[in-house]
Amino acid sequence: MRTAFNSALLEIAIKNKKIFFICADIGYGEVERFASMFPDRFYNVGVAEQNMTGIACGLALEGNIVITYTLGNFPTLRCLEQIRNDICYHNANVKIVTIGAGLAYAPLGPSHHCTEDISIMRSLPNMVVISPCDNIEVKEATSAMIEHYGPVYLRCGRKGEKDVHAGEINFRIGGAIEVRDGSDATIIFSGAIGYNALLAHEILLKEGINARLLSMHTLKPIDKKSIIRAAKETSAIITVDEHNINGGLGSAVAEVLADDLKSNIRFKRIALQDVFISKVGSQDWLRDQYGLSSQAIVDTVIKIIKM
Amino acid sequence: MVSKLTEEQIKNYQVLANIIRAQSCRMTTRSKSYHLGGCLSMTDILVVLYTSILKIDPKNPTWEGRDRFILSKGHAAPALYAILAELGFFPMSWLDDYYMDGGHLSGHASTSVPGVELSTGSLGHGLPVGVGMALNSKVRGLDYRVFVMSSDGDCNEGSTWEAVMFAAQHNLDNLIVIVDYNKIQALGRSFNIINLEPLAKKVESFNWAVKEINGHDFNEINDSLLNLPFKKGKPSWIIANTIKGKGVSSLEDKVESHYVNFNEEELKIAYNELGVSF
Repeated sequence: MRTAFNSALLEIAIKNKKIFFICADIGYGEVERFASMFPDRFYNVGVAEQNMTGIACGLALEGNIVITYTLGNFPTLRCLEQIRNDICYHNANVKIVTIGAGLAYAPLGPSHHCTEDISIMRSLPNMVVISPCDNIEVKEATSAMIEHYGPVYLRCGRKGEKDVHAGEINFRIGGAIEVRDGSDATIIFSGAIGYNALLAHEILLKEGINARLLSMHTLKPIDKKSIIRAAKETSAIITVDEHNINGGLGSAVAEVLADDLKSNIRFKRIALQDVFISKVGSQDWLRDQYGLSSQAIVDTVIKIIKM
Repeated sequence: MVSKLTEEQIKNYQVLANIIRAQSCRMTTRSKSYHLGGCLSMTDILVVLYTSILKIDPKNPTWEGRDRFILSKGHAAPALYAILAELGFFPMSWLDDYYMDGGHLSGHASTSVPGVELSTGSLGHGLPVGVGMALNSKVRGLDYRVFVMSSDGDCNEGSTWEAVMFAAQHNLDNLIVIVDYNKIQALGRSFNIINLEPLAKKVESFNWAVKEINGHDFNEINDSLLNLPFKKGKPSWIIANTIKGKGVSSLEDKVESHYVNFNEEELKIAYNELGVSF
């Protein structure tokens, strides 16, 4: 996804001279093209995320569109107050981009696991939160966030993510994408874990269960209509995201369902169970170990619809 | 070359400074809010800046060519509000409902107020944002400057020093930090909490051009602000040695001045000392 993002941004920045790219000494092999093409609009602030975020706000208040860029939790948690007070409070046109969503940097350990960011970012007024599932969504999300005026948090994976979508998509901030239609249950996912949800969908089909598959790429503002429709038209909702169970996609969907007084849908969240990842391993292996495998999704769906 | 003010100019500055100080006393007393000491210490600098240095237009507060002034010590908002009102950025009556239910002015600087460049209140935010603004001015070939009013506490924050390093790296000589260096912070004297000394050497070693002045001497304030940047290619840092609570003798150089609330009698005494009445 990092290459998809950087390529998409570069293409936009060729035409849009308002775009600045501020990174915090991360992006080797990815950011150099922007830096060499637009040296006046590219700054590496060094390992200084608070300053990166403050500078971005200052540039944005002067009419620019500013990207902040680094990995994991560094562009969000390290400088959270700058995001709240400088960017969100001023509704500054800053796009916070992280590389390494969820467990993308799995073997590097919990310092690099980006697993509480959605919860924290979506609690901030004025902030839009986008978590694309594949390169196709990343490209569209990049262009949509530049078009959108105001703070956006774009949560990208790292590299080698498999495509969930087969081709062109209709991407709109706040509009979920129906990847597969179905009526037995709805699996709502966000981020690259969507590929496991797609695999789960295929396994379920073989079991005679046709689940609707929704990519909830925008966590804020969330697509309430799609959620309510799924609650009406299917018999259960299962959410899947590579994030702590508190405050992530599952919470966001649950909030919509709880506010909709008419809904009594069967509902289950699949996510990390409020733990730091103590085991060492690859992203796929850790997903299996911590209940995010396609089989775990399948088992949950079957269990809940047969309740 | 040292520029010397006339006696009349000094008198005019003093009259305005007394009014701003009295307003700060009045606003914090009426609202039972805090941070009077730090309003009083930076007042003389504000007066020179706002009446003689900053390119601003009270009738058009967001004019693109304006110099940017950021109050990084956002808790000293009453003094900023008072001078903005004096200059006509908004009605004087707004000062009456400072901090009150339904009022126009909150306890920390807010961009909802005409003339306030950045909403502040948490320390360590002003300089990084100011750096971004100064960078824009350079990249876009504009000529506005960015002034950031800092403080003892503001210089405790790591983010301030991140910005210090970046500004020197990128030769932002359109950026000016003024430290209202009253040497007292919320809980005590700075040298007992985080001793910034040797501040001038410290900042110089970060490749800034530094000048140390008496922050209550209008000639020194004016002269330093007229000779910016101190060195071409370097950001400028003014250490304004000030006295917390300056102008009200019961508060001068007192730790308590940060959280003091006057009663009516004490307020009258302050007005008398400042030669101002409302």
